[in-house]
Amino acid sequence: MMTENTAQQYHTHITAERRWFDLNLKEVWRYKDLIVLFTKRSFQLTYKQTVLGPAWIFLSPLITSVIYAFVFGGIAGIGTDGVPSILFYMCSNAIWTFFSSCVNKNATAFKANANVFGKVYFPRLTIPISNVLSSMVQFIIQMLMVMGFLVFFVIKGEVHPNWAMWPLIPLILIHLGVMGLGFGIIISSLTTKYRDLAILVTFGVQLWMYITPIVYPLSQLGKGTMRTILLINPVTAPVELFRLAVLGQGTINCLFLGISAAVTVLVALIGIMIFNRVEKTFMDTV
Amino acid sequence: MEMANENREVAVRLSGVKKMYKLGQIGGGTLQGDLQSWWARVRGREDPNTKIGQGQRLVGQTFMALNGIDLTIYRGEALGIIGSNGAGKSTMLKLLSRVTAPTEGEIDIYGRIASMLEVGTGFNGEMTGRENVYMNGAILGMTKAEIDAKMEDIIEFSEVRDFIDTPVKRYSSGMYVKLAFSVAAHLDSEIMIMDEVLAVGDMAFQKKCLDKMREAAKKEGRTVLYVSHNMNTIRQLCDRCIVLDKGRIIFDGDVEEAIEVYMSSAKQLNAEYELTGKRSRKDMLSDELRFTRIRFLNKEKPIYFFKEPVDIQLMITAKKRMDNIAIRISVKGRDMSVIGMASSAPGISLAEGENKVKIRLNTEGLAPGYYVLKLVAFEVGSLGANRNMDVVDEACAFEKAQSDENNQMAWNTKWWGHLMLPEIEIIGDE
Repeated sequence: MMTENTAQQYHTHITAERRWFDLNLKEVWRYKDLIVLFTKRSFQLTYKQTVLGPAWIFLSPLITSVIYAFVFGGIAGIGTDGVPSILFYMCSNAIWTFFSSCVNKNATAFKANANVFGKVYFPRLTIPISNVLSSMVQFIIQMLMVMGFLVFFVIKGEVHPNWAMWPLIPLILIHLGVMGLGFGIIISSLTTKYRDLAILVTFGVQLWMYITPIVYPLSQLGKGTMRTILLINPVTAPVELFRLAVLGQGTINCLFLGISAAVTVLVALIGIMIFNRVEKTFMDTV
Repeated sequence: MEMANENREVAVRLSGVKKMYKLGQIGGGTLQGDLQSWWARVRGREDPNTKIGQGQRLVGQTFMALNGIDLTIYRGEALGIIGSNGAGKSTMLKLLSRVTAPTEGEIDIYGRIASMLEVGTGFNGEMTGRENVYMNGAILGMTKAEIDAKMEDIIEFSEVRDFIDTPVKRYSSGMYVKLAFSVAAHLDSEIMIMDEVLAVGDMAFQKKCLDKMREAAKKEGRTVLYVSHNMNTIRQLCDRCIVLDKGRIIFDGDVEEAIEVYMSSAKQLNAEYELTGKRSRKDMLSDELRFTRIRFLNKEKPIYFFKEPVDIQLMITAKKRMDNIAIRISVKGRDMSVIGMASSAPGISLAEGENKVKIRLNTEGLAPGYYVLKLVAFEVGSLGANRNMDVVDEACAFEKAQSDENNQMAWNTKWWGHLMLPEIEIIGDE
């Protein structure tokens, strides 16, 4: 039975005006079970009615890493600073997959969920958040495999991880997660109006990988413009930092790490602002 | 009334709510199109995306789906919302469900809203019934603990217990809807919003849903907002009703009166109706025959008395000579439920070109009221197989007047239906 209190507790006031920074995180928190369910569903659905099922979580990054090792390490002969190439590529692939899936999944957040958004209200932010969470779970699973290889190569004495820097890894993840979320949301908000952006994003993210030291270490590049572009790229610094911790190989520059952090904050703020503007009425345009 | 209202708790209040939609293409649709238009404006040139001869993009045209709605709904009320298509019913529910925001005005909602603009939102075919209950429940605002506590009730109510761990893509559409409605019906909400979800499921389940909602309104003191085209469910469920027309409330009050207002605004009686282009089910029909016009003979307005036959002239265009044509007429009530059917004997001959066919429909058994006719022309094949040549679902309407014969009371369709049987004979008196 409803009492005066519950009625007051759930009072909702709807007006035409839209505020720039009204995230209503308290409401998002009330829907935390929904976030968990969305996260779980993204895994359940990917592997339903497949022969190998969840084994694909391990298989697909492994296959990708083997291909990278073959093409870039083998054919192109790009060095990996003494780190066994399979380990180097698995590690790079894990962190890049995390970032790119944050961007890609959120870039289609509005469009992919238009049918649900059009029928029921729930805090729209739950979708982007659960996208980042599911990317994070995927990353952790990949890291378990990386750990297997890592232990093997550490025992062989071929890799020397920077164990002291391991506590930084969660921070790197949050950093990249928020940045990916920000970029993804901006793209997603724009794609509700401009459909063709979605196609651009797929190519953009692929290109982005090649200007990020993923299939090669930063140290392989000399001093030219290419290196400058790479350093300005906000994903470079966290990736190098990550590999420095895990593989003991990486080039770190505090200035560029700072730039990266600043970009993340900026992108996140712009993302939230645009999201707030679009969220309430995008159903009329999508 | 006003005094009584003062003491009641407000559940929902809308003040000066307007919702504007832009007509036509919204934006260019592509970034390139918008950039082109923008660049042309900057240079003072003509917009390359302008439609030729229009001078101006459709972007400028707007449409007010809701045009100033002021409404207060009190706790425990079951409010029906009726109106013709495009009157703004769905827009209103969308605003209340917070799916989209108003262009102007304010809405206050006191309590949690369970909105059922569609049942089974977020259902995914690959997931089992149980998984979908969790998902759907969470989307509707329940926590996992709340769903756990209600799982038994939900499964029980849904009548699909045996299949609850089967992926819902294997469900029949009836089972799917039953499960979905069941989740929504068990929400812990103070306000329920429903948009004709009851038009699904079998009869027994529909009744169960209506009962559940009535119980919610009457016993649990919840507020129910219900949109439907089915006047009977409105009658059964609601104790107050508003009529929307062109984005405004044109009536607010008693249910029967509201239905009367809606019906009289919706019904139109003409002596002649144009049928060209009104063909239903465009596929599967032949191109050789078309109804073009229908005219009630000897009438300015088609209003008929008790035993008066309905004489109709049909204009039919035929592409070639046809000999074995027959006409079938279904009579429908106001709510478009079919009441009866009459058909002609086969053997109507049509010449190539325009034909005029006069027919007489005997409506002696029909009770006073408003009726809509569905027209079908069919060909009787040599092997006795019928083939539909043309179908018009809502061809024309007529009214049977209240009769003064036999001291009849004004006919009440709600109690007596559409069929007036012959007078009861007294065959024995002991």
